[in-house]
Amino acid sequence: MSKELEKMTPELRAFIEEWKAKPGNLIMVLHRVQQTYGYIPREIAIETSEILGVPLAKIYGVITFYNFFRLRKAGKYNIQVCLGTACYLRGGDDVLKEFEKQLGVGLNATTPDGMFSVEAVRCLGCCGLAPVAVVNGEVHGKLSTKDVENIIAKYCAEG
Amino acid sequence: MAYESYVLVCGGTACCSSGGTTVVETFKKELEAAGLKDKVQVVVTGCLGFCEQGPIVKILPQGTFYVQVKPEDVKEIVAEHLVKGRVVQRLCYDPEQAKKLVAEANIPFYQKQYRIVLRNCGIIDPEKIEDYIARDGYKAIEKVLFEMTPEQVVEEILKSGLRGRGGAGFPTGMKWKFAQQQPKGQKYMVCNADEGDPGAYMDRSTLEGDPHSILEAMTIAGYAIGASKGFIYIRAEYPLAIERLQIAIKQAHELGLLGEDILGSGFSFDIELRFGAGAFVCGEETALLQSIEGNRGMPKPRPPFPAVKGLWGRPTVINNVETLANIPVIINKGADWFNKIGTATTKGTKVFALTGKVNNSGLIEVPMGTTLREIIFDIGGGIRGGHQFKAAQTGGPSGGIIPPQFLDTPIDYESLAKIGSIMGSGGLIVMDETDCVVDVARFYLDFTVDESCGKCAPCRIGGRKLLNYLKKITDGRGTEQDIKDMQAICDAMNKASLCGLGQTASNPVRSTLRYFMDEYMEHIKDKKCRAGKCTKLIQYKIDPAKCKGCTLCARKCPANAITGTVKQPHVIDPAKCIKCGQCELNCKFGAISHG
Amino acid sequence: MAKLTLADLRKMREEKQQAMEMRDASNKDVQVIVGMGTCGIAAGAKDTFTALVNAINEKGLTNVLIRQTGCMGLCHSEPTVEVVVPGMPTVIYGNVDAATAKSLVEKHIVGHQLIDDKILDRPSIDIIKNA
Ligand SMILES: Cc1cc2nc3c(=O)[nH]c(=O)nc-3n(C[C@H](O)[C@H](O)[C@H](O)COP(=O)(O)O)c2cc1C
Ligand code: SF4
Ligand code: SF4
Ligand code: SF4
Ligand code: FES
Ligand code: FES
Ligand code: FES
Repeated sequence: MSKELEKMTPELRAFIEEWKAKPGNLIMVLHRVQQTYGYIPREIAIETSEILGVPLAKIYGVITFYNFFRLRKAGKYNIQVCLGTACYLRGGDDVLKEFEKQLGVGLNATTPDGMFSVEAVRCLGCCGLAPVAVVNGEVHGKLSTKDVENIIAKYCAEG
Repeated sequence: MAYESYVLVCGGTACCSSGGTTVVETFKKELEAAGLKDKVQVVVTGCLGFCEQGPIVKILPQGTFYVQVKPEDVKEIVAEHLVKGRVVQRLCYDPEQAKKLVAEANIPFYQKQYRIVLRNCGIIDPEKIEDYIARDGYKAIEKVLFEMTPEQVVEEILKSGLRGRGGAGFPTGMKWKFAQQQPKGQKYMVCNADEGDPGAYMDRSTLEGDPHSILEAMTIAGYAIGASKGFIYIRAEYPLAIERLQIAIKQAHELGLLGEDILGSGFSFDIELRFGAGAFVCGEETALLQSIEGNRGMPKPRPPFPAVKGLWGRPTVINNVETLANIPVIINKGADWFNKIGTATTKGTKVFALTGKVNNSGLIEVPMGTTLREIIFDIGGGIRGGHQFKAAQTGGPSGGIIPPQFLDTPIDYESLAKIGSIMGSGGLIVMDETDCVVDVARFYLDFTVDESCGKCAPCRIGGRKLLNYLKKITDGRGTEQDIKDMQAICDAMNKASLCGLGQTASNPVRSTLRYFMDEYMEHIKDKKCRAGKCTKLIQYKIDPAKCKGCTLCARKCPANAITGTVKQPHVIDPAKCIKCGQCELNCKFGAISHG
Repeated sequence: MAKLTLADLRKMREEKQQAMEMRDASNKDVQVIVGMGTCGIAAGAKDTFTALVNAINEKGLTNVLIRQTGCMGLCHSEPTVEVVVPGMPTVIYGNVDAATAKSLVEKHIVGHQLIDDKILDRPSIDIIKNA
């Protein structure tokens, strides 16, 4: 699959310029980059390094330290299964395994058609609904392995 | 047509099982007989949070709360209370016990919860600054800026006895005093909203429900220590809390409650947000400061403490969200009001995210000194699905597991430390007999190993080794020597790690070894997991007496582990079985079980 | 809005407190308050909100104010809705799905009856009001 290079959007450039003078700006800038592209494209990281005058090595040092930042694009539907304590105790790991099984992908991987990716996260803050999974911001609570098929089907239908 | 009174009868699980259903029927009959059918409505409710004393009946509009109401009592309630308007004293809950908890603080005698931190959550619209102002919001800042010196503010907080709710319980007033005593110049006030404990969401709910209380508290702290700038370090995983904080900051700016010359007092203070990025260690204060500075969040040795040398080398106070939410109330109502609540060493209340195997999981706030039993069995409504209480876990990955014999321990920092756990930030997870404590210890170690920053060897290497031992044991390959080795590693990590993460990472292991050694031994010697959670140790068995020889299980088994002839009892070959559970699921005669 | 002086702030607090006492200046004497924290929203509070608005419009009620609030602490029974009707006790309902929302408007607000099986207790007294 050939990959097109991402271009820095004018909004992003303006944001970086605005933050340039503030101390400790790097993480806030990287958040904005990820918000724009869904991940941190290498070419944008290079450009950011130039604008901010921060070595690329430092940028990658920070990206790789923090779990939140991703270097690859997620699937069209990113399935985040909670493995916080409350969800784990109520079977979150079984739900995660079921997603992996049904989609035929491992953790942190994307299906070949780019539709789904599966991630584990720690506590989404709705432990009362445990176990919980979030798909592109939509929360599915009180899950059991039986619900997995329906959830996947629902998003498949939406295309 | 409106009713004059309402009889609420609890229809929660606990109350129903203690006879609540009959109470409802009896009320309906007695009211009809008394000719009050059209004046009094009988309503069945959800759990009223007092399950140990059920069945519960509450009469509105008076709000009278009757406990342990038996069908025989109903006639009296109708005749006395509803006809004559006289409370039936005999059925009221004994007020003495509750009084002890909150002397003079005007707690209604039956309620276990007391909300200081969450005073506005669930009441105000968090996106409207007027709602906050109407409920004494920004009143503390008036008092502080116009009537108190910074020294007096620090004194008041010291006197209140408030201790940090982020985990360690350090007296907040002392922390402020250190920072105040530093030479004048740029200082910073930081709010720690990183809330990394997986399975806890107290701070998130506070920020979502009452963002202005944190802004006001930070401004008060800024005035006290001489800082003009504040940062809120908040998890990027909390988009709604971030949005509400942004709205709140904007509103406070517009009204001049943040920014230059607040209310014309001459004091200026501003607050900015900084986002975390999914690293648990960044909740540790020195790592958090690194992260705000835009670096990898690696902890630093202390001293120097942040109060002396913090953000960009300047004196910095870091406080947790919940700690801060107490501040405006302490200023408004006074230290003496606050320090009457709680225990001898720990004042005020604690917010817990009560989750796991309880009926009512939720966000609760109780006076310090409340017992685990009250929290789990009254407020929490007891254990789900009629299971048995096995243990509670507080303090998340840095905390310990508390066995049933300590259910009646009044909670404060010291009492929890004494029994091998910690208060922590407020995660409170309840486990039943289907949870395996060894597996839970492994779960937490998995987390801390994942989150260790790798800077120091005891945590980086020790954690990994500890996890490997736990995996070995849950896989059924453990030895008794492993236990000894684990204990040694726990001690080493505790003593030699650089930051709190490594120092406390062994707590889940230590406390389970302390209270549940027999279960470790079962895993090691008998290759058995009594909770049936450690899948590698599960054995599937067919009961020959129940097996009809239908062959279904043999056909369903993906590993061809089941053999037998038609109409004869089948058997499972444990060596081939991959523990998928299909056979048990499919057997129509309940002949297959696992343990 | 202009920046406040101390006197302005005090005046604003007083006015708003009075407005809250008398319910609302705009003649809305019934209040419906929906818990909209992350977990409430996850459990469907937005649908509940919409259903309430629809039911109120359907009934042609003009005296009802619907607003949001944060976590009431009753996360096990989200979505939660508090209903304030003059002359009736203020109650909190849990597990309010769209259907319950509808009957809440019809039975409680219009019919002045409490609904079975859904009422929960406010977990604590209000320390601001009961000083
Ligand atoms: C590994 C680790 C994680 C921590 N996570 C948090 C956290 O998520 N939130 C928090 O307020 N404090 C956390 N702390 C405690 C902070 O270091 C610090 O003590 C606290 O924010 C101080 O505020 P307080 O005095 O108001 O409690 C953590 C500590 C350690 C060692
Ligand atoms: S104890 Fe662990 S998290 Fe803390 S500095 Fe050492 S390696 Fe890093
Ligand atoms: S399915 Fe049940 S009854 Fe049938 S052969 Fe297997 S164990 Fe026996
Ligand atoms: S648990 Fe699975 S592998 Fe084991 S005997 Fe039953 S069906 Fe076969
Ligand atoms: S543990 Fe899963 S939402 Fe909290
Ligand atoms: S079930 Fe009745 S008070 Fe909990
Ligand atoms: S977050 Fe919804 S009631 Fe707690």
